[in-house]
Amino acid sequence: MITWLANPERFTRVFAPIRPYIGGLAAVLFVWGLYLCFASPEDYQQGDTVRIMYLHVPAAWMAMMVYLIMGIASFFGLIFRHALADAAAKAAAPIGAVFTALALITGSLWGKPMWGTWWEWDGRMTSVLVLFLFYIGYIALHASIDDEVRAAKSTAILALVGLVNLPVIKFSVDWWNTLHQGASVVRMDGPTIAPDMLWPLLVMALAFKALFVWLWLVRIDAEIITRRYRTLRARLSFQ
Amino acid sequence: MSTKINAAPHAALSLLKRDLGLSLTRGGGPLLAVGFYLTLMAMIPLSLGSDSGTLSRVAPGLTWLSLALASLLSLERLFERDYEDGLFDILRLGPLPMEVIALLKCLAQWMGTGLMLAVLTPFVMIILGAPVDAAFISLIAAILGSLSFAIIGGVGASLSLGTRKGGVLIALLVLPFYVPPVIFGAGLMQAYLTGAPVVQALSLLSAYALFALALGPIAMGAALKSALS
Repeated sequence: MITWLANPERFTRVFAPIRPYIGGLAAVLFVWGLYLCFASPEDYQQGDTVRIMYLHVPAAWMAMMVYLIMGIASFFGLIFRHALADAAAKAAAPIGAVFTALALITGSLWGKPMWGTWWEWDGRMTSVLVLFLFYIGYIALHASIDDEVRAAKSTAILALVGLVNLPVIKFSVDWWNTLHQGASVVRMDGPTIAPDMLWPLLVMALAFKALFVWLWLVRIDAEIITRRYRTLRARLSFQ
Repeated sequence: MSTKINAAPHAALSLLKRDLGLSLTRGGGPLLAVGFYLTLMAMIPLSLGSDSGTLSRVAPGLTWLSLALASLLSLERLFERDYEDGLFDILRLGPLPMEVIALLKCLAQWMGTGLMLAVLTPFVMIILGAPVDAAFISLIAAILGSLSFAIIGGVGASLSLGTRKGGVLIALLVLPFYVPPVIFGAGLMQAYLTGAPVVQALSLLSAYALFALALGPIAMGAALKSALS
C-alpha cells in the first residue's frame, strides 16, 4: 500500500479528490467540538478555565503524534528512499511546530489561573519546550542545505536521532515528578475524567487530527508541485 | 582481505594519534574551550553577585551549563577542515568504516578538549563554593557528561557539514540533546550536596553516555556518507 502510494503522481490522483472532504470534516468536528466545550459543565474546582483543556490537551497530543509521524516518514525516506516520504516528513515539521507552540501557549494561559504562574519548570513542560526547539532545529537544518536530496537525508537522520526525545519526555515526568498532573485519560483502569468532559475532549482531538491530515496533504501536494516546477525549470535551462 | 583486517587496528590507531595531535595543537588546541569555560565561570559571580550562599547553591547547575556550552565550541572544527581538504575521501579508501572514523575523530576531540574541561570542573565548582569533598564525584560526572556531549556534538557537526551556517546551526541542533546529561549531571551534584543517594543519577548519566557511544557513530556515519556523496 505504502509502496503503491509512493508514486507522487498516483498520490496526487488518489488524495486530491478526498482532500476537500477531510477539510470539511475538520471544520464540522471543530464546530461540534467547540459547541460541546461550552455546553460541558464547569469544573467544580477550576470553573470556566477548565475549557482551556479542550485546546491544550489535543494540541499537546498532536505535538507528539506529528513528531512520531515525522520519524516514521523519515525512516521510510532513509531506508527505502521514497521521495514522497521525504516530502511528507518535511511537510509535517512546521505543522508540528505550530501545534507544539499552541500547546505551550495554552498551557501557559491555563497555568496562570490554576497554579498561579505562567510557567512552571517541571518535567513535562520543559520537554515539550525542548520538543519545540527540536522542531525549529529540524526546520533550520532543512533550510540551510541547498541540495534537496541531501537535505532530506540529513533531516531524516536528525529526526531518527530525535526519536530518542519522545521516551525522554515520558521519562522526565517520572524523574522530575513535580506539580504537573499525571496521566488521567489513557489509563489501565479506564479514564478518571468525567464523561461530560471526556466527550468534548475526544471530539476536539479528532478535529485536531483531521485538521492536521488536511494541512499535511495540502503541504505534501505543494511540495510535489514545487519539485516538479524545479525539475521543469532545470530542464528548460539546459536547452 | 586478510591484510585489510590486519590493517584496521593500525589505521585506527594512527588516525586517533593524528587527530589527537591536531586537536591538541591546532588553532590553540584545548586552550580555546578552557579559556571560554573559565571566562564563563568568572562571569557567573559578576552577574549573580558574590554572595557565597547563592553561589554555592547554583554552582553545580551553572558549572554543568558552562561545561555544555564550552563543549559546543570545538564542534565546528571537528569534521569541517577534513571535509574541505578531501581527507575523508582518502579515509574512505582505507580499511575503516565511516562509523569508526567518525567515532575515532570524536574520541580524539574528547580527549583533546572534553577531558581537559572535565578535569577543570571540580576546581570551578569549588571556586564557586561547592564543598571540597564533592570534587571526586564531580570529576567522574563531568567525564561521563563530556563524553556524551562530544559524541552528540559529533552528530550535530556531521549533519551540518557543508551548510555554511556552521556553529549556530550546530548549537541549535545539539543543545536539545544536551538536556538529559545536563539534568542528570546537575541532579547528581544536587543529590550529592543534599546527602541523597547518587546511584540513580550516576547510572542514568552513564547510560546516556553509553547510549550515545552506541548509536552516535551510526548516525554520524550515515550523515558523513550523505555529505560526501
